[in-house]
Amino acid sequence: MSNVFFRYTNLILVTLFILSLLSFFLAYLFPGQAIENLTGLRIDELTELQNSQIKYAVDGNMFIQYWHYMSELFSGNWGVSFSSGLPLYEDVSHYLPASIELSAYALFLSFFIGLPLGFLAGLRHHKATDYGLLSISLLGYSIPVFWLALILILVFSLQLGWFPLSGRISLIFEIPSITGFILIDILLSDSVDRHAALIDALRHLILPTFSIAVVTTTLILRITRRSVIETLNSEFILAAYARGLTPRQVLMRHGVRNALIPVLPLLAMQFPTLLTNAMIVESIFSWPGIGNWLIQAIYQQDYPAIRAGMLAVSVLVVIFTMSIELTIRITDPRRRRAERAAI
Amino acid sequence: MTLVVLLITFLSACDALLQSTTDPDGIVYCSEGSPASFNPQLDTSGTTVDASSHQIYDRLIDFDPVTGNIVPALATSWLTSDDGKTYTFQLRKEVAFHKTETFKPTRFFNADDVLFSINRWRLTDHPYHEISGGRYPYTDSLNLGELITQVKRLNGYRVEITLSKPESSFLANLATDFSVILSSEYADKLTSRNQKELIDYSPVGTGPYQLSSFRQDRYIRYKKHSEYWRKIELTDKLIFDITPSSSLRLAKLLTAECDAIALPAHSELEVIRKQENLVLDEKPGLNIGFWAFNTSKPPFNNPKVRRALGMAIDRNVLIEAIYFNSAITAKNIVPPTSWAFQADVRPLSYNPSAAKKLLQEQGIPDGFTMNIWAMPVQRAYNPNAIKMAELIQVYLQEVGIKANIISYEWSTFRERLTEGLHDSVLIGWSADNGDPDNFYRPLLSCAAIKSGTNRAMWCSQEYDLLINQALEYTEISERTYFYGKANELLAEQLPLIPIAHASRYQAHRKKLSGLVINPFGGVRFGGVKKLQ
Repeated sequence: MSNVFFRYTNLILVTLFILSLLSFFLAYLFPGQAIENLTGLRIDELTELQNSQIKYAVDGNMFIQYWHYMSELFSGNWGVSFSSGLPLYEDVSHYLPASIELSAYALFLSFFIGLPLGFLAGLRHHKATDYGLLSISLLGYSIPVFWLALILILVFSLQLGWFPLSGRISLIFEIPSITGFILIDILLSDSVDRHAALIDALRHLILPTFSIAVVTTTLILRITRRSVIETLNSEFILAAYARGLTPRQVLMRHGVRNALIPVLPLLAMQFPTLLTNAMIVESIFSWPGIGNWLIQAIYQQDYPAIRAGMLAVSVLVVIFTMSIELTIRITDPRRRRAERAAI
Repeated sequence: MTLVVLLITFLSACDALLQSTTDPDGIVYCSEGSPASFNPQLDTSGTTVDASSHQIYDRLIDFDPVTGNIVPALATSWLTSDDGKTYTFQLRKEVAFHKTETFKPTRFFNADDVLFSINRWRLTDHPYHEISGGRYPYTDSLNLGELITQVKRLNGYRVEITLSKPESSFLANLATDFSVILSSEYADKLTSRNQKELIDYSPVGTGPYQLSSFRQDRYIRYKKHSEYWRKIELTDKLIFDITPSSSLRLAKLLTAECDAIALPAHSELEVIRKQENLVLDEKPGLNIGFWAFNTSKPPFNNPKVRRALGMAIDRNVLIEAIYFNSAITAKNIVPPTSWAFQADVRPLSYNPSAAKKLLQEQGIPDGFTMNIWAMPVQRAYNPNAIKMAELIQVYLQEVGIKANIISYEWSTFRERLTEGLHDSVLIGWSADNGDPDNFYRPLLSCAAIKSGTNRAMWCSQEYDLLINQALEYTEISERTYFYGKANELLAEQLPLIPIAHASRYQAHRKKLSGLVINPFGGVRFGGVKKLQ
């Protein structure tokens, strides 16, 4: 087991190393001066430039420069944004939680809806319920996220006026950012209108969460359904019936757990898709998350921000997927050796 | 049974979510961009003015937004000497400045603050003159620094301003959005802390609202100035939700995320009119959208070339396509609402064949290439400069000229314009006061080249003489004579082609009461309240 653990740590470290190299060289690949792209300071701010020149040791060779870059990265000094002039580390740590929050709720919603429906479809295999759910899921899977988001805005925000169409919470409420997760922050804050703020934040959450969750839900539904069908057709289920258990007992004692095993790795597979969709949806709903922020940075050719944002997002995805994969390897004994990098 | 209970809980939760709950007291205004600073002395852009001028500051005197008359503000009364050169202001007592986390005012507003605020832009050796760039576009373009010879404190509440020559538009200039009163005590405090630059970014004024936080491209939060001297309605919070896209602003207005929006697009006016819970206010605007030629560059230094280019375009089509008929064709640089307007100036007519002939006579070869700079932002005077540039491009093609359209990000755009890198530019001007001098001087005087509002880079001694003479008289009939002469000169020289005067629009929800269009400048939220 320690062998597995060691191999995964190794894999993560190597991937992160390559990512950091890539982000470092991005500064050279982007147009303009590498030192500007790294620090975000304009060349005409001379005194500051001199300081940062020492920090990055621009005159040294590549290895020394990379070494300095990494040490600055770890000390939280990521440079400043071209357009806003704010430190990137603060920006990223402000916007990233908003994206994680949105993706997490969407994932939760997908499991909450997708799993039971998947079981239902699997159990009613080849019946009207199954076909109905299957066609609905096909529909949901085929709808592009950005289109769905726009339609939801058109119907529920503009026509019916039920939900707001932008942001995380009405600007009227001043919620200090403690964790970066809006619902938790509201509960932690000592604002007088906590109740109103909570409702307002939930109203802002519903449409974006739903638009992201649709694709993931249909995927989970389809995979659960297939897994349930396969499990119920396997021999140990037949053996359970032979022992005289009722269908209910068979399902609860043997079916559910075995059917769930292949669903868990989905979590790992879905996360990058989820985050990508979240980024698209963020810019439609003006959600102040990392995706929206990155897109703005790309528009404004804010190279330091693009570099830092990409690094932060990819590190997050790598660490998350790898940890899920590791958990599955540790908990599922069947996966000892066969599929090493099955992501 | 459990199902029923669950269903009821679910439905009541939905009900709670769908009902808009009673919001805390506050107004949300969807503005179009981030201000460059919070001091309108430094920037003529409407975004900066909206965010600071009437919210954070007060002026000595104000324009009444309805009648256009000059009314008392921080000055309770004023006297003009017989020779028209000396103005004495009596100041209001017990006016409190904002109390912020870093600054607790120890005294009320007095003559020192007036001296500080005026001397900052007037005297180049003032300790605060060079802070934030040292450029004061509005006052520099009007040469006010040279006009004022002395600002004297008579006592704590009396100030005397002496001019080098009588100038009838002087009071109007003091009432504009740019003549705000800063706190001299705050400036002293910042000097002692060695943080002078904070004066324009963490502002302290006497206005109805004080800045509480600002996040670039996201929002500006203000809170009520509880000791405001005017006894008017103020809400606890005022928020500018920065939303650059005009369709998104409209959408937010529809979903009640904004209570009022800046600059509704002309194509969206119908949508707003149809909504029952929205109000669209309309007023003829004091503005001009024009096409200016860089007269410092050949061949645009030749008035005949400029005339030919002007004849090549059909302005009526431009107005229909760009302004959706919510503007009128411009004849002079002042709109018809101004008394300096002259209806009998011969307008430039659309005549491509004559234009082509004239161009050939002036030695402009077929296939001559020029560039048209189109401003990247929408303004009332030109809601879509890039589209207008595209239309002009087609018109110019018909007379054998190839036009390239150039646009940069707004602040870069203005910087490069001031450097004179353009051939021609589509831009405009919104006046800050009702005085015609506010059009003639900043747009085309020689001094305005340096301060960066003379986009034609045009300098004519004859013109400068005329508009200066116009200011020496106080009688409107006498001034009209000189402005008439100036109009004739402009119609002959055509440093710029006037295109349109746009109406001004403002949209807000019906729940918001007290918001009026201020034809003389920025939006004001003092006295605006939200009905429950």
